[in-house]
Amino acid sequence: MTTSSPETMAAAELALPPGAEPVARSNWQLFRRRFFRHKLAVLSIIVLFFLILVCFGASWLAPFPKNQTNLLITPGGPSAKHWFGTNEVGQDLLTQVMYGGQISLKIGLAVAFFSTVVGVVVGAMAGFYGGWIDQGLSRGTDLFLIVPELAILGVAIQRLGRSDNSFIIVLAALGWMYVARVVRGQVLSIKQKEFVEAARASGASGTRIVVRHILPNCIGPIMVNATLAIAAAVIAESTLTYLGLGLQPPATSWGILLNQAESAVTETSKFYLVFFPGAFLVLTVLAVNFLGDGLRDAFDPQSEHGSK
Amino acid sequence: MRRIVYSVPVLVIASFFVFWGIRTTYDPTAKFRASRDSARIIAAKRKELGLDKTIIAQWWTWFTHFLQGNLGVSDRTNDRVWGMLTHAMWPSLQLMFWGTMFALVIAIAVGVYSAVKQYSIGDYAFTGISYIGIAMPTFLFGLLAISLLVTLPVTKFHLTHPYLYSVGLHSSGKSGFNIDYLRHLVLPVLTLTVQSVAVWSRFQRASMLDVLHADYVRTARAKGVPRRKVIFRHAFRNALIPLVTVVALDSAFLIGGLVITEQIFSISGMGQLFLFSLTGGDAPVLLGWFLVVAVFVIVFNLLADLMYGVLDPRIRIS
Amino acid sequence: MTQIDPTGDPETNRILEPPFVPAVAPSDAPPVLSVRGLSVEFPTDDGVVRAVDDLSFDVFPNETLGIVGESGSGKSVTSLAILGLLPKQARVRGEVRFRGDNILGAKENTLRELRGDRIAMIFQDALAALNPVFTVGNQIAESIAVHHDLPKRELEARVVELLDMVGISQPAQRAKQYPHEFSGGMRQRAMIAMSIANDPDVLIADEPTTALDVTIQAQVLDVLERIQTRTRSAIMLITHDLGVVAGVAARVIVMYAGRQAELGTVDEIFYEPKHPYTRGLLASLPRVDRRVVNERLHRIEGQPPSLIFVPSGCAFHPRCPYADLQGLCVSERPPSVELSVGHCSDCHFAATLDERPVRP
Repeated sequence: MTTSSPETMAAAELALPPGAEPVARSNWQLFRRRFFRHKLAVLSIIVLFFLILVCFGASWLAPFPKNQTNLLITPGGPSAKHWFGTNEVGQDLLTQVMYGGQISLKIGLAVAFFSTVVGVVVGAMAGFYGGWIDQGLSRGTDLFLIVPELAILGVAIQRLGRSDNSFIIVLAALGWMYVARVVRGQVLSIKQKEFVEAARASGASGTRIVVRHILPNCIGPIMVNATLAIAAAVIAESTLTYLGLGLQPPATSWGILLNQAESAVTETSKFYLVFFPGAFLVLTVLAVNFLGDGLRDAFDPQSEHGSK
Repeated sequence: MRRIVYSVPVLVIASFFVFWGIRTTYDPTAKFRASRDSARIIAAKRKELGLDKTIIAQWWTWFTHFLQGNLGVSDRTNDRVWGMLTHAMWPSLQLMFWGTMFALVIAIAVGVYSAVKQYSIGDYAFTGISYIGIAMPTFLFGLLAISLLVTLPVTKFHLTHPYLYSVGLHSSGKSGFNIDYLRHLVLPVLTLTVQSVAVWSRFQRASMLDVLHADYVRTARAKGVPRRKVIFRHAFRNALIPLVTVVALDSAFLIGGLVITEQIFSISGMGQLFLFSLTGGDAPVLLGWFLVVAVFVIVFNLLADLMYGVLDPRIRIS
Repeated sequence: MTQIDPTGDPETNRILEPPFVPAVAPSDAPPVLSVRGLSVEFPTDDGVVRAVDDLSFDVFPNETLGIVGESGSGKSVTSLAILGLLPKQARVRGEVRFRGDNILGAKENTLRELRGDRIAMIFQDALAALNPVFTVGNQIAESIAVHHDLPKRELEARVVELLDMVGISQPAQRAKQYPHEFSGGMRQRAMIAMSIANDPDVLIADEPTTALDVTIQAQVLDVLERIQTRTRSAIMLITHDLGVVAGVAARVIVMYAGRQAELGTVDEIFYEPKHPYTRGLLASLPRVDRRVVNERLHRIEGQPPSLIFVPSGCAFHPRCPYADLQGLCVSERPPSVELSVGHCSDCHFAATLDERPVRP
């Protein structure tokens, strides 16, 4: 592009004062400005906040007690009393969706947290020290190039027991590698830069360099990856549970609600059984993805808008 | 490609963990417990299956047999594993073939359109749809598709046969490539590929945009080549090159989708075989399954490499 | 700095309002290409980039016009604007007349018929500018085929002839090869062959030698000159390299911040520069013939201007050692002053430059 030279010139002028601190306050302000310009990302934060509030506040907000069955009423679609309708055993679907969201969101958030922590540590080590950690990491992630992750997940969940905690453990155990790979790549590229050379020359230790100089510079990709991990975990839980490999009642999650909504497939009048848990699931994943996009754009203005 | 080859040793290690996981979770002799004289039968069965040895020894037996080309027999049905796999492979290969073709055609068409008409209403619409496609779990799409495209028309128009079928690949008693087959194929193929179409079309859009800004496209315009020809002769072929890699890397992901799709649409292929074997604790079949899948992905990647060479003369020479 | 004779009597200098026409053409023929008041702006997130700002010049048949300036001075944008190849968001004003007809903003089809046929372009980086998936011969043939309906056999013969013309040995074999199988110099020759395929009236060469080694540079420039004697095309040679211009061009436009700084013959520009920026550029050239021990290369102080916030008045004033920082230079944009026939300088003090005090 012919316009790139004046533009990059202008950009270079804007990003002039990096100073001693790699993440200067001016960068943070720039980040905020760019993030809030991404309207869908801002909306997504509101949506996610709302979802978390509604699901984790279910004990106070839900119209009916969890799993309360009422076999006296005829199962039916949305009504004034049951906003989302009731299922086969007379459970209020809104209540179940709220409680189900607790598990789904808990799994998503916990997996994102643990895989990020482990991934950052291992990735930084692999990038900084190389050697066998690096080799092992690459081979591990490559496994999923030839074997479907879903299959490995399925087997692992059967081994560990079909509970929400084993979902968290297995998904985090598999998910950290992606984060690690990203961090490793970032560390490798940043390692070459002058300020790290300078820190090293002035006698800083390896750990210190990683923590003080390298990590603040990969915060962007790390956070983007964490959002992606939430989405992936929520989808993985619901998929495996739907297939009958995951959680089981009396636990409730969006996956379980969808698994129980099988009758909707044969009876049009029961479509709401699929619609409401499905909508919450898609809404969560959409919001998390938009949030990731917003973060990506805010951290890296060069990236193309909205491209995956 | 080299990465694919390197991961073979990892696969061997992974096979051990699968073996260990399945063997320590499920007891293949459980079904004999209810029978009379259960203790004796179970003991005999354990000896027959080699369950009295250590887990490593059991796995080693499996592995050496495998190296001799013997995949063993199913714990569940006593059928030969290889036979079960080849039997299950055919429907899955059909789904994969049509799915990949369909996803490629749609993703490329949408991607090229969106890039050429960047920021048009169509581009925004496709962007929106692909976001939803990416956020939509495969199984949920399958459920919605059956509810809205099969059950709804049937109830609404009181049909005896739906327009699109949601069970199997053929109506009973029918076979071959015909209208009946296509009516069975539409929904599973859509379900299998919804995520791939969404991701690949985004990718194709980005890659096409890249290419449209490339110097050689400007050169072509400076030569006076008409716009249509610039797009379809100069830009298009270059924009396909990166997509080949992505499609190849996604092949394992597609097989994951196969598990879901076959379950929803009751197609007795590899995906269903996996689910049955996993819930039945059938270690020999599962191990064979992983193996076949890995080989398939490797072959798929080799094909992609060949494709790469056809599209890009720089690769062809070196 | 060489001592320059103060030429031109201030009283005889005419102050010209652009658009203007240089009084005397280098030849009697009418200009093949006239640019009048060309401006190009790009809206960006940070503001409007004024890449070209009210530029006017003429290109005459069979002449070589050099356009010199630092990167970001608007040279390349000018050439793309002439062919209508700028991205959609560019805002273009002014006139570009090809053989009398304004082609700026003309219909895409009109432009398309001119491109590559009457006005052809040679790009800087031939590796990026040639399509990697087609053979070189194929790409040259295409530039003929889009304009002329030739039988395949003749087309192939013409491609081989063109490759031969630009000095590529074994042209028939080479035509079947891909760009990545060519060396850098050969790729640039192939680009030239492609651009002259239809004997264009105007050949715009955008930094044709920048990506090449010095020895190859000379060869490529040589090819350009030889081609010109055969095709009698006018060449617009765009470069940041004064040395290249000195060797090839007859007339030179020096550009700064998207504007004309000075226009004149090569001799006038090199030996009688009448714009402080031209003088700065010349002084910063390493000279083997005037090497003094411990002499340091002159450099122009300050940064090239941002094209979003172009300095007021004369765009060069913040860096100009002659500038009147309290007066005209800051407040008013300098008009183009014709100091002698065909020699113009856009400086308030063009005529009296040598008498002005120089800031350290």
